[in-house]
Amino acid sequence: MMVGDGKWRQRSRMDRIVVLGGGTGGTIAANRLRRAYREDEVSITVVDQDDRHLYQPGLLFVPFGLAHAEDLVRPRGRQLQRGIEYVVDPIDHVELERRCVHLEEGRELPYDVLVVATGAVLAPEETDGLTGDGWMEKVFTFYDLDGAQALAERLELFDEGRLVVNVVEMPIKCPVAPLEFCFLADWYFRQRNVRDRVEIAFVTPLDGAFTKPVASRRLGGMLEERGIELVTEFDTGEVDGVGGKLVSYDERAVRFDLAVVVPVHNGSAYVARSPGLGDPLGFVPTDEHTLQSTVSPDVFALGDAANVPTSKAGSVTHFEGEVLVENVRRFLAGQPLDASYDGHANCFIETGFSKAMLIDFNYDTEPLPGRFPSSVGLPLMKESHLNHLGKLLFQWFYWHTLLPGRDIPGVHSAMPMSGKDWRLVPTEEVSAS
Amino acid sequence: MTIDTIAGTAVELNDEGFLVDPSQWTEAMAVELARRDGIDPLTDRHWQVIRFMRRQYEDTGSGPNVRMLGKTSGIPTKELYQLFPKGPAKTAAKVAGIPKPRGCI
Repeated sequence: MMVGDGKWRQRSRMDRIVVLGGGTGGTIAANRLRRAYREDEVSITVVDQDDRHLYQPGLLFVPFGLAHAEDLVRPRGRQLQRGIEYVVDPIDHVELERRCVHLEEGRELPYDVLVVATGAVLAPEETDGLTGDGWMEKVFTFYDLDGAQALAERLELFDEGRLVVNVVEMPIKCPVAPLEFCFLADWYFRQRNVRDRVEIAFVTPLDGAFTKPVASRRLGGMLEERGIELVTEFDTGEVDGVGGKLVSYDERAVRFDLAVVVPVHNGSAYVARSPGLGDPLGFVPTDEHTLQSTVSPDVFALGDAANVPTSKAGSVTHFEGEVLVENVRRFLAGQPLDASYDGHANCFIETGFSKAMLIDFNYDTEPLPGRFPSSVGLPLMKESHLNHLGKLLFQWFYWHTLLPGRDIPGVHSAMPMSGKDWRLVPTEEVSAS
Repeated sequence: MTIDTIAGTAVELNDEGFLVDPSQWTEAMAVELARRDGIDPLTDRHWQVIRFMRRQYEDTGSGPNVRMLGKTSGIPTKELYQLFPKGPAKTAAKVAGIPKPRGCI
């Protein structure tokens, strides 16, 4: 920084950045910030309640025996670069006015900038009956490691009956994962030669297979081709594990022998204990383009913890990371923020039989066919073996490129348009719940 | 988009029947909009939800989703569905003259 810069002269001590959460968003943000500042300019502290960083995209594969728990977890602290302090202690609450984070063990962390990256938590207890009799026996979730492992054991023994995959309510993490689960279940039962004795149904609160029209039609068609029943606009009010049925608020019932339920999501519990930090569900109100929170200018949020209207997904968090770090830098330098995050999201959709489909979209442009990231890239909206390999390779990129906060060659924060086919943009809109 | 007369006033409605300009809304329009969605009459409990939706929109720029409504409006989710059977967040937003809650992805 130049001598003569007013901010530099005023600065009597180092700026302190505290990052809450050592998952995808917190790790990316901390590593990128560490590279943006010298260690004598800014201190960076990351806080999490444990030292287990879970590769969440791998959870989908666990129930089918295609991934194992021990391969998905690594120490959080080891993903952080030198010069970042890592504190393992649950967060009690944040005091916005005093700019201070209180940890459960009593330690206080004062900050000049707070980055909230504590993700979303599952709240199965908020749905009547879901965690009652039958939970982890007839009713499972694969959205956490224990659930995914228990489901793997149950699926091995399941060779007859009706499997129902249910999303209780949006938003959820990785909104395509329940569809991928259906596709993989179809593949799994075919491999085991019992598909003709197993019914599969996908039960969703949306009015189609997905929210965006072109992708919704394509994915709906793929369910139909595989003989998977689609039940839409189903707002689950109760899960009856003993009776084996889902009951909606408008009193429709869907019968099951085995239910795989994606529970409702909230923000992390300390958000609710921190006056003024979150909305009623515990997500942090955040400007969708700058990633600065609207609750306090020195608070920024990324990933699942933020309430921005895009998917709760690792790719989103990765793309947000670039913009967030630039805006933290501008904020500390007293400069206007860069309102450039466009809602870019990118997901591989595993479709079974060693194939996958890729979709790429943002706030304004729904998923379109074509190629990604340009006309010579991976095929979009089309099942291909190449995309499946991309999905498998992604785990390597996650630990070695994404978390260290490096760029993947050719893939940027802003959504690319060059390889896409505009002609298929429909005029009607599919509404969300 | 269509122009329609609701409770004696010409207003613009979008393709799904939502008021284009929430500032044109009146309580008399709510009665008429509810009737079009099969809700007649509007009880005190309906009004509690409708007023809550208006306040939320004025404070935050968008209407709440169903779970947020259940947690913050003072009316349990089950009852919300009895009051607005076709989906509380969507129908109550329409009757309250505010835009459809922004869809989640």
